[in-house]
Amino acid sequence: MTVLGSLCLWLALLVGVWGAWAGVVGGLKGRRDLQRSAQHAVFAMCAALLVAVFSLEWALFKHDFNVEYVAAYTSQNLPIFYLWSALYAGQKGSLLFWATVLSVFGSLALLFTAPRHRELLPYVAGVVCAVTAFFVSVMLFGQANPFQRLPFTPLDGNGLNPQLQNPGMVFHPPMLYLGYISITIPFAFAIAALLSKKLDADWLVAIRKWTLLSWLFLSIGICLGMWWAYVELGWGGYWAWDPVENASLLPWLTMTAFLHSVMIQEKRGMLKKWNLALIIGSWLLSIFGTFITRSGVISSVHSFTQSNVGYFFLFFLIAAGVASFALYATRLPLLAAEAKLESMVSREASFLFNNLLFIGIAFSVLWGTLFPILSELVQGTKVTVGPPFFNQVNIPLGLALLALTGIGPLVAWRRASIPNLQRQFVVPAAAGTFTLLILLVGGMRDFYALMAIGLGALVAATVVQEFARGARARRRQYREGYALALGRLLAGNRRRYGGYIVHTGILILFIAFAGMAFKTETEATLKPGESASLRSPYGWTYSFTHLGISQYDALNRQVTAATLEVSRNGKKIGILTTEKRQHVDGFGRPTFQPSTEVGIMSDLREDLYGVLAGVVGGTEQAVFRFTINPLVWWVWYGGMVVALGGLIVMWPGGTVAVKRAQAGYTVRLVEDAKA
Amino acid sequence: MNAGTKFAIGAALIVGSVGYLMASGVKETGQYFLTPTELSQKVAVDPSFYDVGMKVGARVVPGSVTRDIATQTLRFQVTDGSAHYPVVYRGLPPDTFTDSVEVVVEGRLQKDGVIYATTVLAKCGSRYEAVPKA
Repeated sequence: MTVLGSLCLWLALLVGVWGAWAGVVGGLKGRRDLQRSAQHAVFAMCAALLVAVFSLEWALFKHDFNVEYVAAYTSQNLPIFYLWSALYAGQKGSLLFWATVLSVFGSLALLFTAPRHRELLPYVAGVVCAVTAFFVSVMLFGQANPFQRLPFTPLDGNGLNPQLQNPGMVFHPPMLYLGYISITIPFAFAIAALLSKKLDADWLVAIRKWTLLSWLFLSIGICLGMWWAYVELGWGGYWAWDPVENASLLPWLTMTAFLHSVMIQEKRGMLKKWNLALIIGSWLLSIFGTFITRSGVISSVHSFTQSNVGYFFLFFLIAAGVASFALYATRLPLLAAEAKLESMVSREASFLFNNLLFIGIAFSVLWGTLFPILSELVQGTKVTVGPPFFNQVNIPLGLALLALTGIGPLVAWRRASIPNLQRQFVVPAAAGTFTLLILLVGGMRDFYALMAIGLGALVAATVVQEFARGARARRRQYREGYALALGRLLAGNRRRYGGYIVHTGILILFIAFAGMAFKTETEATLKPGESASLRSPYGWTYSFTHLGISQYDALNRQVTAATLEVSRNGKKIGILTTEKRQHVDGFGRPTFQPSTEVGIMSDLREDLYGVLAGVVGGTEQAVFRFTINPLVWWVWYGGMVVALGGLIVMWPGGTVAVKRAQAGYTVRLVEDAKA
Repeated sequence: MNAGTKFAIGAALIVGSVGYLMASGVKETGQYFLTPTELSQKVAVDPSFYDVGMKVGARVVPGSVTRDIATQTLRFQVTDGSAHYPVVYRGLPPDTFTDSVEVVVEGRLQKDGVIYATTVLAKCGSRYEAVPKA
């Protein structure tokens, strides 16, 4: 099977190189035969790569430890649930995963793009082929072929890193990868539009679903990553501004900026250059993210082993960046805006400021991530910036964005009048102020937390007001009940109202983040019967009583578990268990370092988070760390609401006429053409 | 004043505050990231470098780790091959911390030549790969 796999990789490479050439040349010269051939190349590449994935999975499930990749990431006693996920547990497999998914997305884009965008497709096929061929070539020439065989056959494999043996980790990497990878499709369309000089808003309509899809995957992937870090890594938080986390945030920020600014282009024909630059930039950032993860150039707890794969990515990143922006520069004269900003108090202006803030945040995150490298280049000594830097810069910027989330939807397009502003702002402003006062009276003094919750209330009031007004209008016009009116309102303009649901999720996230300002922590060494106490920000006193240590063997690990009785203000509320796990192979030999299993007791107000740090040799005396993390559940709820809103916006349906009507600008173009 | 100019002012304000936040962020929170050799050179040239927050990236000297679980104190030596420093850390080391692992120690070097660490990060050279078989 590994011979078949390697063969498929070579086949995919050859077909990909051909398709890249045929797509671009066929498109430029108008050769139909080459254009068709390029599109067929994408399908062929996709088939070859799917067979390669199947071969690798086959080797994984057959425990063929003669294959180096299988021996490195799995073992006889690895649960089946995690066995298939070993496909992307290691560098080589994830490169294969990446290339395959890209070819699948490329095929879907070719199959499902409406016929009226047909002229763009050869170029799209060409770009997809080129990028996929790059990933395949890294596997073949960067000593990263997952089908590499060993000169001998080990009796058992190394097993999967215990920290990856977690349901969150099974879904987090592929979600994030799907997000990264699917950005290539909008990028391919952008390049296609540039090459074909068809630079009206039409290509934007063609990629709308794709930009949303990759944004949605990135959002879900980032949230799952936070969840995994929280329950598995045991340091007591969910976001550490680690380079790899930042790398996933960067394209999310630029994509979010794009999803907003694209509306200005659709409605008013402005920001054409900006939007193209955002798409190209997002794609480059997605490749940059891969580069950071794979190269180990910035020391990160996430980085894979340092390897020459990094050089391939660096070269590709520079080459692709230079090529895309050179092409972009030659087309600038075709990208003139069709309208001017008419007033500072307008929807356009608030979108522009929103975009500046997103890019500002993205830039500062990129800067902070690269700072060790930059400072070493400039000064000769490495200077690092950590979480304090990112928090110091991004909390104010994030709050400004949150304020715009509340203000933007209230301001009219083109030019807002004073009565319009009065009518729109009374309720949200009052809600925000009122909330702020309540919190101040309640004794909260943390400035950022006050701002986050106050502005959150403003955003919430904006969303409620928008829904209420829309529903009331429907009720008057069509005599519908409130529930029906709300439902039809949402269904009738999913993009707008789904967007408001996303805003709701974001405000929940901000409030949840603010909760972390009140986190408390203590460490204690306890003998059985002894207890430690910790005061929560709500004023309760929790005590954790050590009940004892138990040791037992499970499927592929030896477990040392500590049980704690938890009481709040003296009243028993439950039992917390935290474990140390030593994973073993099929012969009982230890593999990997011991890992910690965090004990978490959650409710909507706060999480009690207990970690067993160690046991004093031979006794039941143990060292614990207890943390109280307020509002953590709201991070997961907020993430779910964001995903729900994204799904509503994306849900298929609606006629072409409706879609065009939503993109007012396109309609206007058509009308202008008729006139 | 037309809207374009006003917008340009607003944009300049945003760009300026992003720039200011970043510059002050780096100034207030930036820390040197040094190898033990660089640290010893730095201290030799500039004695005021004692008691300054910094990070040291190095390898734990095998066999140098002593843990006192009762007081939660961890003592070990770090080296980059030429210079080495003893480290004292009170707190819980990460799971990945073992003999000879690569670590990033965040803390201050004191006059007694000991680094008092506030954070110890262990970078398992290959986080997602197994421990190399000895």
